[in-house]
Amino acid sequence: MILFEQEEIIVAKILRKEILTPQIKLMVVHAPRVAHKAKAGQFVILRINEEGERIPLTIADFDPREGTITIIFQEVGKSTMQLGEREEGDDIQDFVGPLGKEIEEKKFGHVVCVGGGVGIAPVYPKARALKMLGNRVTSIIGSRTADLLFWEDMMGSVSDVLYVTTDDGTYGEKGFVTSVVERVLKSEGADLVIAVGPIMMMKMVSLLTKKFNVPTMVSLNPIMVDGTGMCGCCRVTVDHQCKFTCVDGPVFDGHLVDYDELLARQRNYLDEEKRATETWLMKKAEEEVRHAG
Amino acid sequence: MPDSRLTGRPKMPQRSVAERIRDFNEVPVGLPEWAAVDEARRCLQCKKPGCMKGCPVEIDIPGFIGLLAQGKFDAAVAKIKEKNSLPAICGRVCPQEEQCENVCVLGKKGQPIAVGYLERFLADYERDKGIGAPEIPTSNGRKVGIIGSGPSGLTCAGDLAKIGYRVTIFEALHAAGGVLVYGIPEFRLPKAIVAQEVNFVKSLGVDLEVSTVIGKTLTLEDLKDDGYEAFFIGSGAGLPHFMNLPGENLNGIYSANEFLTRSNLMKAFRFPQYDTPIKIGRKVAVIGGGNVAMDSARTALRLGAEEVCLIYRRTKKEMPARIEEAERAEEEGINCMILTNPVRFIGNDNKWLRGVECIQMELGEPDESGRRRPVPVPGSEFVIPVDTLVVAIGQGPNPLLLETLPDLQLNRRGYIVIDEETGATSIPGVFAGGDIVTGAATVISAMGAGKKAARSIDHYLLRK
Repeated sequence: MILFEQEEIIVAKILRKEILTPQIKLMVVHAPRVAHKAKAGQFVILRINEEGERIPLTIADFDPREGTITIIFQEVGKSTMQLGEREEGDDIQDFVGPLGKEIEEKKFGHVVCVGGGVGIAPVYPKARALKMLGNRVTSIIGSRTADLLFWEDMMGSVSDVLYVTTDDGTYGEKGFVTSVVERVLKSEGADLVIAVGPIMMMKMVSLLTKKFNVPTMVSLNPIMVDGTGMCGCCRVTVDHQCKFTCVDGPVFDGHLVDYDELLARQRNYLDEEKRATETWLMKKAEEEVRHAG
Repeated sequence: MPDSRLTGRPKMPQRSVAERIRDFNEVPVGLPEWAAVDEARRCLQCKKPGCMKGCPVEIDIPGFIGLLAQGKFDAAVAKIKEKNSLPAICGRVCPQEEQCENVCVLGKKGQPIAVGYLERFLADYERDKGIGAPEIPTSNGRKVGIIGSGPSGLTCAGDLAKIGYRVTIFEALHAAGGVLVYGIPEFRLPKAIVAQEVNFVKSLGVDLEVSTVIGKTLTLEDLKDDGYEAFFIGSGAGLPHFMNLPGENLNGIYSANEFLTRSNLMKAFRFPQYDTPIKIGRKVAVIGGGNVAMDSARTALRLGAEEVCLIYRRTKKEMPARIEEAERAEEEGINCMILTNPVRFIGNDNKWLRGVECIQMELGEPDESGRRRPVPVPGSEFVIPVDTLVVAIGQGPNPLLLETLPDLQLNRRGYIVIDEETGATSIPGVFAGGDIVTGAATVISAMGAGKKAARSIDHYLLRK
């Protein structure tokens, strides 16, 4: 059985790397056990090396037959930049999952999938799973500018209709995803909206769908440590109750999430992240100079 | 009885406060050889030793102390290891004052033998010398899965491997040791020692698979399909309790689990060399009065806090922390605010913690635990300004694995119900022990449970 071939399972090897935009990278990772169990909505936690953080990333795609998990990440600080430097054939020291709860997979009817920025990646497996169950899927994806957009083709392949927006109008429709969401809800309504992206985007989409009374799921990506419910770092207020994103989520009812609290908690370590990035870039620059010398 | 036998218990040498609060190195440094041998000679070698009954893992205490008194250190270590694979850990974190030393005859009229110090001395002696490879028994080929690599899992795994089982430990985190690596700080239990004890268990032929969450990555069913015939669940009580007070999700408030995991497992105390950060303001408060609260407070101090206080709703007498640890915390300047209970957390506009509002308590009638119940004094609210706060009020059972086992009988509080004699759960072939059964308890009681379960698993598989 593939799950128990020793050695191979321990090492998560990067089989393929793709640069989607200057800052967004895709990696297909060999992780048969995780791939075998993965469901739409779940995430993995990885650690690059002994000194590394535990980085949570929502699963962007999975293939149980090939034994692979696809991750997509935006380089925002030291850890993600370091991950971005890894090449095909390299190993990732720790790769654990699938964590969190999967989304409910059933026939809802008309489902609107909204992906903003790097959030397009986690919305894809959800759209795919729901499309395969016979839902009519309308997808709306958006980014700040044309260069930052990716996976239009992938989203198209699992959607009945696909809308694309850019904030600056360099590609698709100029404006935010929310205006398209509003148009779709007005013209044809929806049975479910799934939104994944920046916290502000999920908040705006949820406010909008609340007005239309359409059930809404959002997928949260707060700061985490262990990812198994052990520490409570990822706690979030949902319906006035404290929930742990890693075990109770990451998908929650968008109408009940306290986004302002989430936004504040997301800023917890901004100073430290900046310091870590600067220290690391400085060290790299010094090494380059030394090599050149 | 000569009086010299009654007293003369050595004091554990420890590093000075000024020195130790600047780093994370171990505080007590261990007995010198002469002191250990002298202390061993004080032992009466009772015919019916009470100390052994006080030991959850049944170490032949007079046996190893007798060998130590004769200078036979190697034989003394071997004597401990007959029953306990992890002496360097137990010698450091066992509450001996409540166990073996509590029932030592010498303690009735004088000072009990310092069993813990002697155990630690021998374990450290062995470590300095280099631990020899143990004899690996012939494998009987039968597979047992251990879930969790904390003290109960390591003990159960070690004992089963010693009698020939093919044992694999599955650990959810990236490092083995459970609470020994994420919970107990370096200054109380150096991680190099944990790693060494883990390696010893591995040298018995035990396989270790880290980053594998049973219930998520693999299920017990998957493992059964792969030929595993019995299981031990020692997954710990890893679900932190919060107080459910207003403002608890403000930035700057940690569960003790998160605070200690960041510092111990992720080595945030070495940020930015290690990537995981931890926030320490000028003033830190820790809520709770147990060992975890002491560990958190002392960690905060070492991370650079100017002032650290403990907030505890009862009095020092009721504190569950080991006296030794509470004393060390106090020596280090940690201020203990007793009969004080938080009522809400106060933040600034950016949702950063700025203070905690507390209320004064007084002791009322005894509650179900036999301790006098603290009751609030009306109108006594006051605010303590703090930048960082750690909630160390205990934890519950982590539901992650349990959710996937609907047939597993749990008690009202969500812990696994077992047969006290055997450690058997309601599912045949599945045994359990440690904090996931008892709720947060001690390292040694978890080890005792692992030991008992190993014996039962052997019986179960022989009959099967």
